[in-house]
Amino acid sequence: MNSVTQYLSKNAREYGIWIALVLIVIMFQIMTNSLLLKPNNVAALVQQNAYVMILAIGMVMVIVAGHIDLSVGSVVAFVGGFTAIAMAKWDQPWIVAVLGAILLGALIGAWQGYWIAYVGIPAFIVTLAGMMIFRGLAIVTVGTTVAGLPRAFRNISNGSLPNALGFIGNLDVVTIVIGAVGVAALVFSQLRTRAAAAKHDIAVEPTAAFWGKIILIAAFAAYLTYLLANSRGTPIVLIIVGVLILVYTFILNRTVFGRHIYAIGGNLNAAILSGVNTRKTNFMIFVNIGMLAGVAAIVTTSRAGAAVAAAGQNYELDAIASCFIGGTAVTGGIGKISGAMIGALIMGVLNMGLSIMAVDAAWQQSIKGLVLLLAVALDLIGKRRTGR
Amino acid sequence: MSERTPILQMTSITKEFPGVKALSDVNLTVYPGEIHAICGENGAGKSTLMKVLSGVHPVGTYEGEIRFDGEVCEFRNIRDSEHKGIAIIHQELALSPYLSIAENIFMGNERAKSGVIDWNATNAEAAKLLKMVGLDSDPLTRIVDIGVGRQQLVEIAKALSKDVKLLILDEPTAALNDEDSANLLALMRRLRDEQGMTMIMISHKLNEIAAISDTTTVLRDGQTIKTLEMHGAKPVTEDEIISLMVGRSLDNRYPDHVSEIGEEVLRIEDWTVHHPLQSERKLVDKASITVRAGEVVGLAGLMGAGRTELAMSVFGRSYGANISGRVFMHGKEISPTSVGKAIDAGLAYVSEDRKRYGLNLIQPIKTNIVSAALGKLSSRGVVDRNEEIRVSEGYRKDMRIKSPSIDVLAGQLSGGNQQKVVLSKWIYTDPDVLILDEPTRGIDVGAKYEIYQIIDTLSDAGKAVLVISSELPELLGICDRIYTMSQGRITGYLDKAEADQEKLMALMTKEKESAAS
Repeated sequence: MNSVTQYLSKNAREYGIWIALVLIVIMFQIMTNSLLLKPNNVAALVQQNAYVMILAIGMVMVIVAGHIDLSVGSVVAFVGGFTAIAMAKWDQPWIVAVLGAILLGALIGAWQGYWIAYVGIPAFIVTLAGMMIFRGLAIVTVGTTVAGLPRAFRNISNGSLPNALGFIGNLDVVTIVIGAVGVAALVFSQLRTRAAAAKHDIAVEPTAAFWGKIILIAAFAAYLTYLLANSRGTPIVLIIVGVLILVYTFILNRTVFGRHIYAIGGNLNAAILSGVNTRKTNFMIFVNIGMLAGVAAIVTTSRAGAAVAAAGQNYELDAIASCFIGGTAVTGGIGKISGAMIGALIMGVLNMGLSIMAVDAAWQQSIKGLVLLLAVALDLIGKRRTGR
Repeated sequence: MSERTPILQMTSITKEFPGVKALSDVNLTVYPGEIHAICGENGAGKSTLMKVLSGVHPVGTYEGEIRFDGEVCEFRNIRDSEHKGIAIIHQELALSPYLSIAENIFMGNERAKSGVIDWNATNAEAAKLLKMVGLDSDPLTRIVDIGVGRQQLVEIAKALSKDVKLLILDEPTAALNDEDSANLLALMRRLRDEQGMTMIMISHKLNEIAAISDTTTVLRDGQTIKTLEMHGAKPVTEDEIISLMVGRSLDNRYPDHVSEIGEEVLRIEDWTVHHPLQSERKLVDKASITVRAGEVVGLAGLMGAGRTELAMSVFGRSYGANISGRVFMHGKEISPTSVGKAIDAGLAYVSEDRKRYGLNLIQPIKTNIVSAALGKLSSRGVVDRNEEIRVSEGYRKDMRIKSPSIDVLAGQLSGGNQQKVVLSKWIYTDPDVLILDEPTRGIDVGAKYEIYQIIDTLSDAGKAVLVISSELPELLGICDRIYTMSQGRITGYLDKAEADQEKLMALMTKEKESAAS
């Protein structure tokens, strides 16, 4: 066995999820007669699943710390209703409504975080209560559908960046620039990390595996860029999600706060005895997911163009499933944002592919459930096979 | 002697894990009715050998032959070996805490008639078994309500209920205090003498091996080094066993060291701690101690004397309720009401249970090493990862942590190396006072010596070191001064020169004087 295959087999678990995503995409591409990767479908894939990705970012942090949040779906409905009313009934500018939504989300997170971190009630119970409380409040606030939202607000989830730079043939130049900058930044940061690691004699991936990975990701990004450039341009919500992914990956990997989250989930007792302020950290984790639920509420309401009390139904389950498909440990301490994002994309591709194939919604539910079960089962079996 | 037929013969056992040969050509012969001790350093292959014997590693995953009770055995799982009469009692007890003693004894082996439990038979037979192991508890008592020593006896009763021919005890006294250990050893002796039970005991504790075993097999690096007849013409000494275990003669188990003692650093005055749930119970009762710079001070006491409770309550009130008393650092009173404040004040506490309280086992060495002092290598909340690598790489070399890199998960290290990671973590916080709670528990002889050397280096650097230990020879070997604790009170202290085990034990068992006297 040469070093590359050895490396791949050792890290099969990490790559397994990527491979699964690619296989699922190829499978649907074939089964839908190449409809899945039509430019407009790719844009819609991002726009339809932005909410899961945003919620899953917060959920990874919650689950890594050893908690769970069942309330995010209801929070999305309540905050979404509040946002729509702020614009439609109180005539607030959309930007004020957006900021208000994020603030309200953070407040709700603080409320739940208080009970969890400072009173010591398990998050399962606090957020189960929250699920009921905020669903109830959403029904009270929204009543009937609130429509008539400003165009700028609806554009957040439905619009694209303006083609300020014109076209090359059929392709939007803004999108191409964004794609190119993204790929360059990725290659640069990977190279830098690798150089730093090599300087400190830390084992790095074999050169072939490293470049193989980079070329694959770059090719994937380039293809995605091409597809988007071919449609109406870069969806605005893709930029929002992309920025959130970058910021939160940085927070989890590079900041003291992120370290504390992993420390709490990995061994709570050791974290306490190492001087980690576990209460404050837990509190902040819930403030944070509340805030992200606020963002998800904006995205969801904008996408629908209206607020309804039944919005956000089962969103918490989508987010939790994305985390687990993406390799987050049920027992806490382990989990990555990239994994959860892939998990969310797998769910999204399933949704879209099955919809294109006109599979009944009820069957879609069951299939998604099976995929979740299979993903975690494969993960477990893989762990057992590699031993320890 | 050689005409006896062995009950167990393991011949040329070789077991390989990917990349490691855990056992290589190991032979073990056990005769009926004897207590056979197996000893060796951590990683010598003791546990692997027992896993092969009990079917945890099934036939086919190892080479060699197992002959038990006259026939060649090919165990595919634990059930197979249990069926033949081999029972293992693991170091970590496997009892269900909220079930009764009787229910635990017959778990998986229930006394039932067509699926319905016969409670009378269960409890009556449990009572009989408890009598056999000398446990006077009611069989209906829940496991949580009895101490670890008694739980160990329940495990033995459980094994006896299965008509066992060979009983394997893995570090049976590791979690027990002296009294419970003595009880257990007496029981083992009784089982051997009265019932002719054959037993294999894995142990680190050489004095126990010397006291109880008939034969001792020493393993090192996955090989059988020697099998010793303990009752031969020439008595086997502990030092002899040690030199076989480590492969070199250990002239001295403790490094020579002269402490340069400076000013007083830590002073605790009238420290009182109550039980977190039973507010009337005092765990620490007006304890006062001082530790000076460069001094290694011991804290001796039996289990439950309040040593760990004292240390943890001082370290940011991590334990206990209704705490009173004063703490001084360098003569100035401090109020370490949280772990963060305690660390800032220059205190460090290395817990007795490193897996539970010391390490994040699912994270790499480097993350663990910097975890108590992240502030030192971060600015505005962002961790400098290069600095993290540099720092932890430095400790890996200085502390001789044996691992290919600092990216190895803490959970994959041996006990001694885990302890070095925990020590690195606390040394990196640059404390003035280090409280080390059972720093060498579960660590093999070679690594113990290295830990002692680290303690001496800390003393040379002018740190004040407080060592809590249940092993008196260890305290006598490394400390400049030893406090004794009994029932929450400090009952005295002895300087190195005047201390010996008898004097310490007398102070450690000193009862509270009655109020009248």
